[in-house]
Amino acid sequence: MQAIIEIEKLNLFYGAFQALKNVSMEVPERAITAFIGPSGCGKSTLLRTLNRMNDMIQGTRIEGKIEIGGADIYSNDVHVETLRKKVGMVFQQPNPFPKSIYDNVAYGPRLHGIRKKQELDEIVESSLRSAALWDEVKDYLKRSALSLSGGQQQRMCIARALAVGPDILLMDEATSALDPISTLKIEELAQELKDKYTIVMVTHNMHQAARVSHQTVFFLNGEVVEYSDTEKLFSDPSDQRTEDYISGRFG
Amino acid sequence: MTDRSASAPSAFGKRSGASAIYNRLFTGFVWFVGICVILFILGLLFLLLQKGLPKLTWDFLYGLPSEIEEGGGIGPALFNSFYVLFLSLAISIPLGLAAGIYLAEFAPDNKWIGLVRICVEGLSSVPSIIFGLFGIAIFVEMFQVGLTILGGAVSLAFLNLPVLTRVTEESIRAVPVEMKNASFALGSTHLQTIRRVLIPVALNGIITGICLVAGRAFGESAVIILTAGVTTSGSMWDFNLFSPGETLAVHLWYVQSEAIVPDAQEIAQKATAVLIFFVLLINVVFRVPLWLNGRKTKL
Ligand SMILES: Nc1ncnc2c1ncn2[C@@H]1O[C@H](COP(=O)(O)OP(=O)(O)OP(=O)(O)O)[C@@H](O)[C@H]1O
Ligand SMILES: [Mg+2]
Repeated sequence: MQAIIEIEKLNLFYGAFQALKNVSMEVPERAITAFIGPSGCGKSTLLRTLNRMNDMIQGTRIEGKIEIGGADIYSNDVHVETLRKKVGMVFQQPNPFPKSIYDNVAYGPRLHGIRKKQELDEIVESSLRSAALWDEVKDYLKRSALSLSGGQQQRMCIARALAVGPDILLMDEATSALDPISTLKIEELAQELKDKYTIVMVTHNMHQAARVSHQTVFFLNGEVVEYSDTEKLFSDPSDQRTEDYISGRFG
Repeated sequence: MTDRSASAPSAFGKRSGASAIYNRLFTGFVWFVGICVILFILGLLFLLLQKGLPKLTWDFLYGLPSEIEEGGGIGPALFNSFYVLFLSLAISIPLGLAAGIYLAEFAPDNKWIGLVRICVEGLSSVPSIIFGLFGIAIFVEMFQVGLTILGGAVSLAFLNLPVLTRVTEESIRAVPVEMKNASFALGSTHLQTIRRVLIPVALNGIITGICLVAGRAFGESAVIILTAGVTTSGSMWDFNLFSPGETLAVHLWYVQSEAIVPDAQEIAQKATAVLIFFVLLINVVFRVPLWLNGRKTKL
């Protein structure tokens, strides 16, 4: 598989605190990559460097290089808006806007200049279908998104992210606030989406990582300890610390 | 089975003990105070409206005031009230919103901005007469234009600016950061996020603030007396910015304290009724966009 994201010697500082230490790794295209590791080890931080959401945190400093599709995303001629259009994000807590379901999903396309009702209608429908939500909400598109259940809201947030046409989807513990059935639905969804999108997901649930991902990355204290095929990482880890973590001896 | 449930206390029966008593006492107390306050306000409204309202006529609302004879109206003063209100809001709303958005979204987090914030807070509780004196210093002494509608409107705008700035800043800050992140993560610019997420979500608070300052501007007298005067140009629909700009609230004060017309008492009662009616109306009118906004976003 070809790498779409290449990270090289990345260091990230929040003020004086170094949250990422010399991270180098690759993310394969059209596959699911899972980040695992104990709390506070820098998984979300690395995820946020990929769509530059860290830019908004004051006092963040970055060294090193991240290339997506061969282009350095931290070079001066990059527009973060265009980058984020290509690299979508789903957050830990569902975060719908207090608008209708339709307006939520159409929010991104409208930002990027799509005005025609018919075109928007098509995008909303296909995005909601991709997020496996269309059948549940097609008669209630004008209802507030806040009236959906947590799992539906999260799938709507996925639809909203898909609606702008990204290549990469970042999911930061997107199922941790959900019940087992909604979680399963989103895992199945990820499986379907991986044929079209590159997915990077942070998860605290090692079973989830083992179930859905192709590649797993294990973090510890801001360092990437090991990354390899999920099967290999869970059955035959090459680092002792990885083995300790996945066998539940710490973290 | 049945007779047991009749004699034994139910496991889910009424809670007893001190906390239950306190709870009921407190509930009763809150109800009592709430009803007293509501009755007091209704009584006050009744008292103020009951004398003036039945005697109101179109002639009074429309008519020109008279200095000596009976039967003068409040036409120009009422017109000025709305004209000054409109002008002052036209100045203070854009500036106040812009300043509030700046403080909430763009201002760096340093001591200088902290000082600005304290000043804004302080200014929003400065007595209005200070803004009147400020208006005199600018319009009467510096520009030498005398007592004018323009001077009154600008001074009123200054009076309301700090409140609007604060309310806007606080409402924008209260928007959950998750919503902001959602918008940014979809590739929106800062301006798009402000326009499409922050302002619509904060609108409730902002409109409440606008209501507050609009009501205050409509009823304000000290600033107007000092900067726009206690006379009108004497004709209806006078849009000249440099005419003297006595408003209804000032007129009310004027007939009560200075006027020599024999029916001053009655004019004051009727003017009071009109003033209260319009302040209430302003509050209702400004809620309409909120109501529309709510219908769009809620269930
Ligand atoms: N905005 C911030 N300012 C300063 N330090 C931060 C900030 N965000 C995170 N950190 C620190 O960076 C480190 C990594 O945080 P991060 O959120 O990436 O961890 P994580 O692996 O996602 O943890 P979790 O699994 O609990 O979500 C932590 O030690 C945290 O305290
Ligand atoms: Mg995290």
